[in-house]
Amino acid sequence: MDIAWNAFTPVASLAGGLLIGAAASVLVLCNGRIAGISGIVAGLLPPSASDRAWRALFVLGLLLAPLLVSLASALPAPRIDAGYAAIVLAGLLVGVGTRYGAGCTSGHGVCGLSRLSPRSAVATACFMAAGFLSVYLLRHVPGLQGVLP
Amino acid sequence: MRLLRNLAALGAGLLFGLGLIVSGMADPAKVLGFLDLAGQWDPSLALVMGGAIAIGLPAFTLARKRQRTLLGEPMQLPTARTIDRRLVLGSLLFGIGWGIAGICPGPALVLLGMASGKGLAFVLAMLVGMLLFRWSERFWAK
Repeated sequence: MDIAWNAFTPVASLAGGLLIGAAASVLVLCNGRIAGISGIVAGLLPPSASDRAWRALFVLGLLLAPLLVSLASALPAPRIDAGYAAIVLAGLLVGVGTRYGAGCTSGHGVCGLSRLSPRSAVATACFMAAGFLSVYLLRHVPGLQGVLP
Repeated sequence: MRLLRNLAALGAGLLFGLGLIVSGMADPAKVLGFLDLAGQWDPSLALVMGGAIAIGLPAFTLARKRQRTLLGEPMQLPTARTIDRRLVLGSLLFGIGWGIAGICPGPALVLLGMASGKGLAFVLAMLVGMLLFRWSERFWAK
């Protein structure tokens, strides 16, 4: 294994992780809800859940976070190498998969593992393994590299 | 308490988004660097999960012991415990999609907030995927 030490950002990543944990803690201790982004978003789609207000406000917070950061410092530009066709395919898979599996990185990963839920641990192991495999296939298997425009 | 509840949700969303940006999770190339075990591996994002759980573990331990939240709301923790085909297949599909673009639902919304065209395309496709799943569930249930 080759570690990219030049790209390693332990302090920022740990600090960001603490903030994410704090956000999930605020939501569960104040509102009694799991900070699972895919579930919160899905509850806003028709026919929507009856508790739209907190869902919409949580999503609004996520949308406004870049603006908040940009007031304090220069916002790092995201690097998205995937082309539009790959983006759309990825979005569809993420949409279907997170509903079928009832959670994503936040709901099963952060909150589920924090709750010590075996169900979420299995889900996390599955999407991590699939993520590793997906990147391996698209980056390292000759013939599959660049197959998605 | 409705106002406080709504403020807490907005604050939690902001804090969550801030964490995604600070940690590097909102940068798809960095996420793919973490998922690329066979290439130049960037282990940073393991620390995101570690940090989040370090705070989440005591908070959820406390939450499990309570019937009501600090604001008096009912505690609504998941009750599902079954590990079935839906959980496994769904999570595998999600993981494949995550590996294609390096974007999961939270960062997708943050990218949309950065007015990223690809962020918008991803979010729209994700919403379509969620609706397709919902409709297909209802179709097969009939």
